[in-house]
Amino acid sequence: MTQSGYATERETTEGRVFTVTGGDWDTVTSSVDPLSNEKIVVNMGPQHPSTHGVLRLVLELEGETVTEVRPVIGYLHTGIEKNLEYRNWTQGVTFVTRMDYLSNMFNEAGYCLAVEKLLGITDQITERTNTIRVMFMELQRIASHLVWLATTGMELGAISMMLYGFREREYILDIFEETSGLRMNNGYIRPGGLSQDVPESAIKKIREFLTYMPKKLKEYEAMLSGQVIWQERTQGVAVLDVTGCLSLGITGPVLRASGLAWDLRKTMPYCGYETYEFDVPTAQTADVWGRYLVRVAEIRESLKIVEQALDRLRPGPIYVEDKKIAWPSQLALGVDGLGNSLEHVAKIMGQSMESLIHHFKLVTEGFRVPPGQVYVGIEHPRGELGVHAVSDGGTHPYRVHYRDPSFVNLQAIPAMAEGALLADVIAGGASLDPVMGGCDR
Amino acid sequence: MTTHSESDGGVPAAQPVGANVDAPAQIPPSPLKGMFGVKGTGDVSGFGGLARKRPTTADSQRPFGGYFDEVYDALEEAYPGFSDAIEKVVVDRGELTLHIVPEKIAEVCRIMRDDESLRFELCSSVDGVDYLGSDNRRLHVTYQLTSMTYRRRVRLEIAVAAGTPVPSVTGIYPTADWQEREAYDMFGVVFEGHPNLTRILMPDDWDGHPQRKDYPLGGVPVEYKGAEIPPPDQRRVYQ
Repeated sequence: MTQSGYATERETTEGRVFTVTGGDWDTVTSSVDPLSNEKIVVNMGPQHPSTHGVLRLVLELEGETVTEVRPVIGYLHTGIEKNLEYRNWTQGVTFVTRMDYLSNMFNEAGYCLAVEKLLGITDQITERTNTIRVMFMELQRIASHLVWLATTGMELGAISMMLYGFREREYILDIFEETSGLRMNNGYIRPGGLSQDVPESAIKKIREFLTYMPKKLKEYEAMLSGQVIWQERTQGVAVLDVTGCLSLGITGPVLRASGLAWDLRKTMPYCGYETYEFDVPTAQTADVWGRYLVRVAEIRESLKIVEQALDRLRPGPIYVEDKKIAWPSQLALGVDGLGNSLEHVAKIMGQSMESLIHHFKLVTEGFRVPPGQVYVGIEHPRGELGVHAVSDGGTHPYRVHYRDPSFVNLQAIPAMAEGALLADVIAGGASLDPVMGGCDR
Repeated sequence: MTTHSESDGGVPAAQPVGANVDAPAQIPPSPLKGMFGVKGTGDVSGFGGLARKRPTTADSQRPFGGYFDEVYDALEEAYPGFSDAIEKVVVDRGELTLHIVPEKIAEVCRIMRDDESLRFELCSSVDGVDYLGSDNRRLHVTYQLTSMTYRRRVRLEIAVAAGTPVPSVTGIYPTADWQEREAYDMFGVVFEGHPNLTRILMPDDWDGHPQRKDYPLGGVPVEYKGAEIPPPDQRRVYQ
């Protein structure tokens, strides 16, 4: 047995164990006797560039064929749901936005819709707020799909796609930064409204983006769709039909790529989605190729929605009228980040004692939410994002559970990968677009 | 349908003594302790009037409104053991919750999925809630079912004591696999018939079930500009 600098080996009671770190597969295969040992158990991850974060896949291989896959998760569990119970309802936004870090706006929107439903103020959300929420959710969807395209491209060998995808996403993150002060983890959507209004400069940037993005999309398609390697790696790979999707609870682009046009924006609308004109793209192939087509088409549909939202954006309040819920101050973006506007500080410190008391009570104690429970489902870039919120009538959430689509969708990996080739595990896993931050919460 | 008039389920309400008479409220002692020696509800008004709590799990009366009556009737027709399986029906905030006898949950789910006038094809979410202090059956599991055919949602809810096994619904909705594992991991609900009921988010050798209400949040005090900030669960809270 040679001891190479890469693959080290040791004997255990389970058999021989190799630690493989780089392109040293030969060392492993040459030292396993193919006649007596056909089965290899490979631990892929939790630190592996093509598992999208800290996902661990325990693969049982016979040659290059995968006979069994066991996904192991939990490496990014941060106890967000438990932590929420010790903060007030408004502070909850700061936590949930960090779950699925590629779709912050959706996490925030789902949570806020749930809190608003518990408060019974869903109808009081202003027109402008709803429009901005829709606009930002769709921009976030584009950003998320771009990251999917970028990382999947990289994993299947189209490295330039990664650079392009991240480059275009940066455009959207700039828009978010202009508005909320942060590129990610925005904490922008709040129960009852938005932390602050969209500045004119951001509107201008969104308009620019709307003219810029379609051209780029054409470039991506020109680069990928006709590419033989891309086709070979995606067509007929990791097939999961409608029955499989439904029984495993898979929603979102994966379900739509198998032919069922189930999109909560159409079927159970929220935030006024029923007033926008857009299509629900589907594919019939139920493979990675179909998921690629659906996601690219969804970027186009999202652009359409953003454009309609921009056109109907009228000046108006961004918080509900109820002063016992709306954040007391108009927040302003200063050089050092988001904070109370100077006029508001001058008022509460210099003119009105009652305003100061009101501000203090609402900010430190928060508002009370009548007891009860609700479930809100919204269409996330990866499927149905469900928020089950329970209140005991206090100022803190009693329990908030996130039904994160990454968590549920990852269950499909064994169904997609078993019996296929090792390389297709990567393609199939990538086509689910899992984000471990959301999966493990 | 049997009626449970007692508070089986729901959030425990600390009832302040003396809130209705002309005397300062005396709040029953609570294990929670905050900063400045705050105990119980943290109500500093002295009148106990800030802690408004009302029972939410009261039985709803028919008509429930919307499609809820149709779902209720269809289930009653399709399921022979209906009257023994339903504990109560709650309609709140436009959502229908059917409280089910825990042993019957898998049977009810099968009818909900298969009957052609119900057709709840998708089990959107399964999760646990710990109503510590409500009654013996403190652990609740909720099942959010979605009917894609009729575009309806219904919530099934069961309540069990810690340690009492619950039938698993993985045979009906395979998607519940990981979600039941999460409920087991976080709340210690034991699902009988689950193919592989192990921890999923916490490490395998972890002790306890972290999202139970009597499991501490943990954390260490942090020093900031000379002052010591206690961990979140020991800070002053307004409940």
